[in-house]
Amino acid sequence: MKFLDEYRDADLTRKLLADIQKTVTRPWTLMEVCGGQTHSIIKSGLDRMLPAEINLIHGPGCPVCVTPLELVDKAIALASRPEVIFTSYGDMLRVPGSRGDLFAVKAAGGDVRIIYSPLDALKIARDNPEKTVVFFAIGFETTAPANAMAVVQARVQDLQNFVVLVSHVTVPAAISALMQSPDVKVDGFLAAGHVCTVMGYWEYEPLAERYRIPIVVTGFEPVDLLHGILDCVRELEAGRHPVLNAYARSVSREGNKPAQAVISRVFETCDRAWRGIGVIPMSGYRLKPEYGSFDAEQRFPEVRAIETKESPLCISGLVLQGIKKPLECPAFGVQCTPQTPLGATMVSSEGACAAYYRYGRLDPASLAEPGKRR
Amino acid sequence: MCLAIPGKVIEIYATKGMKMARVDFGGVIKEACMEYLPEVKLGDYTIIHVGFGLSILDEKEAFETMDLLKQIDDMGEEGTAA
Repeated sequence: MKFLDEYRDADLTRKLLADIQKTVTRPWTLMEVCGGQTHSIIKSGLDRMLPAEINLIHGPGCPVCVTPLELVDKAIALASRPEVIFTSYGDMLRVPGSRGDLFAVKAAGGDVRIIYSPLDALKIARDNPEKTVVFFAIGFETTAPANAMAVVQARVQDLQNFVVLVSHVTVPAAISALMQSPDVKVDGFLAAGHVCTVMGYWEYEPLAERYRIPIVVTGFEPVDLLHGILDCVRELEAGRHPVLNAYARSVSREGNKPAQAVISRVFETCDRAWRGIGVIPMSGYRLKPEYGSFDAEQRFPEVRAIETKESPLCISGLVLQGIKKPLECPAFGVQCTPQTPLGATMVSSEGACAAYYRYGRLDPASLAEPGKRR
Repeated sequence: MCLAIPGKVIEIYATKGMKMARVDFGGVIKEACMEYLPEVKLGDYTIIHVGFGLSILDEKEAFETMDLLKQIDDMGEEGTAA
């Protein structure tokens, strides 16, 4: 298919790998902050084909994984109510809460529905006026325009039985928090291509300058990923730290202005807890007060305070910050599998643990270490 | 989650006041909201995420990038790359 096949071309992939090999002289650690990229890297095995000097680590790029436990528990409480139809992107259903998950609510008779688009949730609300439809509005900036439009349309269509449980997160704040952590060692970032499709990349320029790290906007196919890695390694080898765009067919510096306008009409920036990491200042979106009537937490104030409980075995917080790789977790593939996940990173198809498990990375000897051949 | 794939716009229409399109993903046809791509036209390749068009793929940029990547390699094979 056009705009897809040519970015999976084996010859060009080999050529780019050879060029990276010629460019690199020292060990470099690069982090992607996008679950789609994590998945693509592990699926294609790019991390094993790159020169040994290049260590790819995976950041908190899976919005399903970083949705705080408190909100997962609230979702479970809402979905359990008889007057509620709970709608969600499919990945959220198996994410473990303190007690059970949304699939368990569905199995017990709760009306939990997987949707493809938030517009589907609006249709369910129109078709079921006697029920309250709750939509679990999670995601990065990529998903925010769709979720914001659902709220705008609910107002336009006067759908008073539609509310949203919002847990939006933003990438630049996460990069800033990672760079301030003494435990996180990153030399360069691959910025998420579809987040930047919406937001542009101007927000990353002050970050690159402040932390003196190159940031390269990168796409998702093997050729795109190697293009981003090559640009990043070139800048590192030359001692420079610009923001570059290796996904120019989709991303402009300014991003999608109409989408940004609707995001800022509906949402405002707020502090947000990231599962496994903690609160990152100004790293999320919440509904603006003028859209408060569509806020599930205001409509159902009784689900506000729930005592949360995480698995003591799960190290997903360290995995999400790139401090540990999935294979360094003693529970990986033993107590924790996609069928019986202890943490969200094993659940979502984009979680780092799930990607390693799915593509057979069960041998600890294959663990990537900078400067060592895998 | 941020997975979004290119699809070709084959029909444009309006539903409930919103600009909508039918988009062809290599034979699979889906509906998508085009409110964020007011300039979209038939035949454009668009990036679609959770039922919303987010960008129109820029053929000129795509061609230039591909050209550049292939050139890089040619230089490398001649041993002149950095």
